[in-house]
Order: sequence, then structure tokens, then C-alpha cells
Amino acid sequence: MKLLALAFRYLWARPLATVLNLVLLTLGLASITFVVLVTGQLDRSFQRDLAGIDLVVGAKGSPMQLILAGVFHIDVPPGNIKLADVQALARHPQVAQVIPLSLGDSFGGFRIVGTTPAYLAHYQLQLRQGRAWSRPMETVLGAQAAQAAGLKPGDSFIGGHGLGAGGRSHGDAPYQVTGVLAPCGCVVDRLILTSTESVWHVHEAHPAGGKEEDHADTDADREVTMALVRYRTPLAAAGFPRYVNSQTPMQAAAPAIEVTRLLRMLGVGSEVLQGVGAVLLLTAALSVFIALWSAVRERRADLAMLRMLGASPAKVSALLLAEGLWLAVLASVLGLALGHGLAALVGAILQAQQSLPVSGAVWMPAEAWVPAVAVLTAGAAALIPAISAYRVDVAQLLQRG
Amino acid sequence: MIQTRGLACRYPQGATLSFPDVDVPQGGMLLLQGRSGAGKSTWLALVAGLLTPSSGQLRVAGQDVAQLRGGARDRWRGRTIGFLPQQLHLSDALSVERNLALAFFAAGLAEDPARIRAVLDALGVAGLAHRLPGRLSGGQAQRVALARAILLQPRVLLADEPTASLDDEAAAAALALLREAAARCGATLVVATHDARVRDALRGAQVLPLAPQEAPA
Repeated sequence: MKLLALAFRYLWARPLATVLNLVLLTLGLASITFVVLVTGQLDRSFQRDLAGIDLVVGAKGSPMQLILAGVFHIDVPPGNIKLADVQALARHPQVAQVIPLSLGDSFGGFRIVGTTPAYLAHYQLQLRQGRAWSRPMETVLGAQAAQAAGLKPGDSFIGGHGLGAGGRSHGDAPYQVTGVLAPCGCVVDRLILTSTESVWHVHEAHPAGGKEEDHADTDADREVTMALVRYRTPLAAAGFPRYVNSQTPMQAAAPAIEVTRLLRMLGVGSEVLQGVGAVLLLTAALSVFIALWSAVRERRADLAMLRMLGASPAKVSALLLAEGLWLAVLASVLGLALGHGLAALVGAILQAQQSLPVSGAVWMPAEAWVPAVAVLTAGAAALIPAISAYRVDVAQLLQRG
Repeated sequence: MIQTRGLACRYPQGATLSFPDVDVPQGGMLLLQGRSGAGKSTWLALVAGLLTPSSGQLRVAGQDVAQLRGGARDRWRGRTIGFLPQQLHLSDALSVERNLALAFFAAGLAEDPARIRAVLDALGVAGLAHRLPGRLSGGQAQRVALARAILLQPRVLLADEPTASLDDEAAAAALALLREAAARCGATLVVATHDARVRDALRGAQVLPLAPQEAPA
């Protein structure tokens, strides 16, 4: 009989205590796994979606709203801005590139974004099927949007007004699908891209139901929702946002600043969850300690008998440590599985809302710490019982009879 | 064989127990008799290498026990000494068969299932191999504990009060079994007891009478 097999048998000889300890350890580890998975994925997602975007310019309002609506596409934009103002920005000497975005319509919950081919180039998007749009009312679908909507090149669909389901249908202005993008793991997966002119066309074709500002006859009067700006030089970050905010009717939002704020806000939530996980782990450590300490007291005679049969003190204490190790290994497996399961559940809910991409089927390097934390917790809890087992006095036991 | 000369053991509290010299040949029997506190358990612990003599010589199965240290002494004990405690100390977490397997585990030897089955069979408890000790009768449990004690064919078999709380018939049966088991593996049998019935049952055994000793002032 091997040490680990014997430890396992001793462990399951006390099923109630073992299950309780497993549950506590598992919940603590699952909380930590979940936090690591979600924050890691959100962080990656933010970094990926923000790559190369130095500034987002839009209507005055909340800068955070501007970033959430314009980069991550999880909020409504604060309003529209004049195309002429955006074109003026593009001519500014500190600006290398301006990519206009026009929002307002959606299909099946997926946003239709009017933009230029520069947007495709910015995210280095590859077409899996078909081709990019070349004229108004042609669209290219993100991978997730195409799969969910069941659309392929050659199909057509009718967009609805508004960014959520249930908006007024633009029945007489159908979009044609010309291409489907390969999955990029970024926000574009859940977008429907078309030319800026398409958005203008759809809204100008429906003056009866549209807002007054939707009707425009000339470029000077036309509007877009926002623009993504890339600086010519990093030095522009020092003064260009202030220039936009003070010298133009638009508002500038720096993604780096807003995302830091956002992560700080999310961080409070994740810290609370991590704190709960830590408390659960501490509780589990105490519970494991009490269980193993009781086991040593109850099994003092068994342990002494082991010594009598020739086991060294180290072997007897290793038996106690092995019981702790078993708990750690089992709880690690269960905790990781539960953490990934929770992440998958949250991911499914977020996907149904076309919100942030979170998956349970990814592995974060930081998760490697989960088994280490489990072994440390169970090991620390088993240490004093193991020392007590090491010191079992066999001779004294004989004298007690 | 067991041979002692001027054997004494000092406890950390200061008390010293001294023991008469004894020579027991291999395969012989020794009866340790004395009341509680006379030092029977201490003598057993010395022979098993669980305590180190403070003075004197102790040779067990040809080995000067005091010369052994740490792990070597543990291994020696596991392979040389069989022990039947008064409280049988069978683990309730393990089946009868697994309780016997503990002897292999503790002694650091590869498990031999055939040997376990043979010993259980020899003691008439092979049918209980998968039962938990908590579901055994007193007699069955004692046979299982004895099977564990002789499993590794020890050179010395120590029994601590094997007839305590047994009626006359059960005590006679237990002692006969013990004697038979020791003879089966050629072990020197040492029985520590304050039960007068044991002397009658183990006729021919050497007797080492132990008396309570005064602790030094």
C-alpha cells in the first residue's frame, strides 16, 4: 500500500469532514479562478480593442460613454458630430489618421457600424468569405455576427433603427452581405461593418420617421457619431485632447485614461470577489486544520501502531501531509473546473447581450497559481497536525495499554 | 533470542527502572509478570527499540538495539518485532486485509497479497478480509491483530496483556493461538501480563517477575 493510497483511504473514512473541507477549498479556489479568468480576458480584450487608438472624438457628454460606445460597442453614443468637424481634425498636423464611425442601426442585436476601409486595416482584419464593401449598402459581417445571424455573402437583410432589438425597420433599404470576416477575438467579431455612406443613405431615405438631423443634403451638414484618432507623434497626447475640448464643439476621450478608470471600477468588484475567495480559503484552511488535528487525536493509537510496525516518524507525519495534499489536488481540479464553468456561464450571458467577450474555454497563465495556493493552504493547515503525528509517543501509548 | 545485562531505563522525569538479566533462546517463551507500574510496558518498549536503555546491554535477535539509530531502528523493528497490543489498534478506516497491508507499508516492504491471505487463512479469518474491524467480534479482532503481528514472520513476538477482559475459555483459546502463531514463525514469544492464568497456560516459559520500583528522591 502506497502512502498516497493510504492517505486517501484515511481521508474518505471521514466523508463528512472531507466533503466540507473540499467544498470550502473548492469555493475559494473557484472564486480566485473566476476573477483571474474574467479580469484577464477583459484586460486582453481592452488591450486588443484599444490597440493603436490614441483618442476617441465624439459629441460632448461622458468621456467613458464615448469609449464604451465607440471602441467596445457596449454603450449608446452621447450624440452625433459634424462630418466637417471630423474632416478638420484629420487635417490637423498632429493627427496621422481619423476613422469615422456612424452608429444608430442594428440587426439581430448586432450593431451596424458605418466606417471606412481604414477600420478594417486598423484591426488587421482578414476576410474569411467574400470581399469588402465597395459601394453603399454592402456589408461585411464579423464572425460572431455572421454565425448568429446565419448570413453569408449574397444574402441580404434589413436593419432596424436603434442599437437594441425592436427598433423601427428600414424596410426599403436592405443591406447586401459581401463578406464575412475571420474571427479576430476583438470587438469586430460582433459588428456589422458597412460604409459611412450606407448609414447616411438609410436615414436619408426615411425622412418620415427619422430625426431632423438625419436629413442632410451636403457633406457640410452630414454627421457621423464619432471618430477614432491616431496621433502622428506621442507628444500630441499632451495638448491635442485639450485642443479638441476647448476649440471644437466636440469632446475628446483618451482611451488609456478612461480604461484605467474603468478597470479601477471593475477592480473594486474583482477585489471584493478575491477577498471573498481569500476568506473562503482561510476558512477552509482552519477547517482542514481542525479536521486533521482531530484526526491525529482520534488516530493517535493508529499512528502509534504504525510506528510500532516500523514506520519512521517522518513517514507518519508524511501521511498527514498527504491527506492535506489530496484535499489540495482534488480542490484544485474542482475549483478550476467550477471557476471555468462560472466564466462560461457569465460569458454566455454576456454573449446573449452582445457584450464583452468572456469565455470559460481559455487558460490564463495566472491560473497556474491556483494549485500552488491550494497546496500552500492545505499544507499550512496540515503542518501542525503533521508535527503532532511526528511526535506520537509510542512507548507512552504502550503504557496507557 | 533476547539477552539483557544490567538493563535500566531512565525517564525524562528522573525515575529509573532497572530490570533483572534474562536470556531467552530463539523460539523460547518469556512471561513478564508484575502489577501495573512494575515496568512491563517499559521493558517491551526497550525490546522493541522504542526506548533506548540508559545503561546495560540489550541484544534482540542478535542485534544490539542501542546501536541502531533513527530510521534503521524503525526498519529493524518493523522486520524483527511482531506486536499484539492490549487494545488491538486495528484501524477502523481500513478493511481487515488493508490493516494487514499496513505492516508492509510501515516496514517499507512491497505488499504481498498472497502472504496476507495465507496468514488470515492460517488464523481462520480469511473470510473476514474485506470486513471493517468495527464489525468484528472481540475474538475475531484479536485473531486479525495477531495475523498482523506475525505477517512479516518476526523473530520476536510481543504480546501486551493478551488476556485482559477475557473469560477463562477465551483466554485459554487466545493464549493457545498466540503460542501456535509464535511457533509457526519460530519467534521468541514474550507475554507481559498481570494475569495469573497466563502462567498456567504457558507452561515451560521463563518468568521474569517485575516489581514496582521506588523513584529516586
